[in-house]
Amino acid sequence: MSERARRGWRDGLQGWWNHPHPLIELTLSRGRQFLRDPEAVFWVFGFPLIMTFALGIAFRSRGPEPVIAGVVDQAGSDQITAALERAGGFTVRLIAIADVERAVRDGRAPVLIVPGTPPTYRFDEARPESQVARLAVDRALQWAAGRRDAFTPIEQPVQTVGSRYIDWLVPGLLGMNIMGSGMWGVGFAIVQARSKKLLKRLVATPMSKAHYLLSQVLSLLLFLGLEVTVIVGFAWVAFDVTVQGALWSLGVVALFGALAFGGLGLLLASRARTVEAVSGLMNLVMLPMWVLSGVFFAATNFPDVMLPAIRALPLTALVDALRVVSNEGQPLSTVAPELGVLTAWGVVSFALSLRWFRWQ
Amino acid sequence: MYHGYNGPVAPESVALQCRGLSKRYGDVTAVDGVDLTVLRGECFGLLGPNGAGKTTTIEILEGLLPADAGQLSVLGQQWARDATSLRPRLGIQLQDTQLADKLTVHETLRLFRSFYRTGPTVDALLDTVALGAKRDAWVSTLSGGQTQRLSVACALAGQPELLFLDEPTTGLDPQSRRQLWAVLEEFRRQGGTILVTTHYMDEAHALCDRVGIMDHGRLIALGTPRELVASLGADHVVEFAVTGGVALADAAVRQLAGVRDWRREGAHLSLATSELHLTVPALLDLLRAHGATLSQLTTHSATLDDVFVTLTGRQLGDE
Repeated sequence: MSERARRGWRDGLQGWWNHPHPLIELTLSRGRQFLRDPEAVFWVFGFPLIMTFALGIAFRSRGPEPVIAGVVDQAGSDQITAALERAGGFTVRLIAIADVERAVRDGRAPVLIVPGTPPTYRFDEARPESQVARLAVDRALQWAAGRRDAFTPIEQPVQTVGSRYIDWLVPGLLGMNIMGSGMWGVGFAIVQARSKKLLKRLVATPMSKAHYLLSQVLSLLLFLGLEVTVIVGFAWVAFDVTVQGALWSLGVVALFGALAFGGLGLLLASRARTVEAVSGLMNLVMLPMWVLSGVFFAATNFPDVMLPAIRALPLTALVDALRVVSNEGQPLSTVAPELGVLTAWGVVSFALSLRWFRWQ
Repeated sequence: MYHGYNGPVAPESVALQCRGLSKRYGDVTAVDGVDLTVLRGECFGLLGPNGAGKTTTIEILEGLLPADAGQLSVLGQQWARDATSLRPRLGIQLQDTQLADKLTVHETLRLFRSFYRTGPTVDALLDTVALGAKRDAWVSTLSGGQTQRLSVACALAGQPELLFLDEPTTGLDPQSRRQLWAVLEEFRRQGGTILVTTHYMDEAHALCDRVGIMDHGRLIALGTPRELVASLGADHVVEFAVTGGVALADAAVRQLAGVRDWRREGAHLSLATSELHLTVPALLDLLRAHGATLSQLTTHSATLDDVFVTLTGRQLGDE
């Protein structure tokens, strides 16, 4: 650094120290209050980590699963059971004759073998695991009866990167968290300041109202950086979840999400007088998105008629875009429609809150 | 009754002037035609019970509430036209603001100082309100008196010409109140103007050059504390009660030597007198003649409280 640049820096810092700038001071105040509130820190940082950890443990990949085969409990069942156990890779369940009808239907046995010459396979053609079980059982029993393979293939099991449930879940949790901290971060702080008459006190100074609202957005973005780093880093260390696309693309998607939800938080907080009132409003808005937006299971499970509406929700757009970048490694241009949805939510709610916002 | 400055006043020496200020909330008239002139360098007190309209009045003057009717000029400017240039010239302390709990005293002052182009340094503000030792303490750990001093320091952050304070010492112990008064006296010594609301008459006595007494949204008296007390025509108040069911004739009490005014409140009677040394012996004679015995007797110098009682028939502290 040149002497001149160094002096420039020093003068700048001293200037800031002696003549505090309102935008910087407002942003710092907001940040300090957040970091000094253990409860808020827990909900923004601790809770999603615990959630990721718990779900990661519950849905971790467990290697090849044994095939479940039902054998009807009658003469000849011993030989069949012995043949399956010799072949390996089967869990055999003896099914009473009275239960034969139900066993396939209720999923206790995807395939049911009725001993005889030849044996009978009962299975559901519409269910893939039923089909697979039938093929495996047939192969084992044919082998036991003396059939030999024409050749032995070379097998290469492929573990596709980013295809586990946890890989799919982490971007969902990240999106959900960006929604929560964006809305709570902005909404809660503003309503609290209003209910304590602090907003009114600030308006009694020459403070610029734009500075106040901008400081809310700036502190939101500071914490967004931390939040994304913590969650993505944790998922990487604990479950080996990696981001396939560029990290900066993920950052850009997160930024669009934070601004959309920050705007929504501002809108909900623009009139509410009490923290309780704004909490109710936030839950009312967030709850449907937790369910519909595909955080924990794919939104495509809902009927087709609902999908256009579900896709228009900001959390759906955010989660979909995060997954495209994180799991599929696609460039940002692929998620332009989702970013458009987020921008629309952000712009509309920010414009409405500027109209409706009450300072006292 | 004396009504303040009737004669001509040079415009540049007026800090604040309003005429016919009114504000209604639905059916309730909170402020009902208030006329007020506050001079530069003066400390003016708005005195009255809770609900008299003091806070609504001061918030209209501060530009936080719009008035329904009336003219108002503050430091020669109008809120509707000059809000941007007027704001930095005022210091405001609101009645029930809670500053952020989890910021330190220094951080809070730094934030408020950042809103003003000119003003004292944060350290100078800390010295002014004697909070230097609490510089790095969280606001949540301050006592009531320290919180109010911090609140006043925030109001002083832009070196205001005119300081508005709404019930600054309510709920404080006597020592904390005196500490706050000292801060305000220092501000005045440097030429500042203060408009303060209070429902403590001793505070009005100690701080204010002039007071206006408010009741039901109207200004019912205006003058220096001394003038207002003198308007009673009596400088002492005698309060007494008698035992047993002895009823003293109203006429007999009113005719006692020196009595200017009297009131009955249940078993208690109070007399305003200009000649305490004549009234008390005459009262004792009257009681003896009726065979009555005193169960209570107190006397005190007349105060603004007595002025309020005389004007409204109610105690200032009544809510």
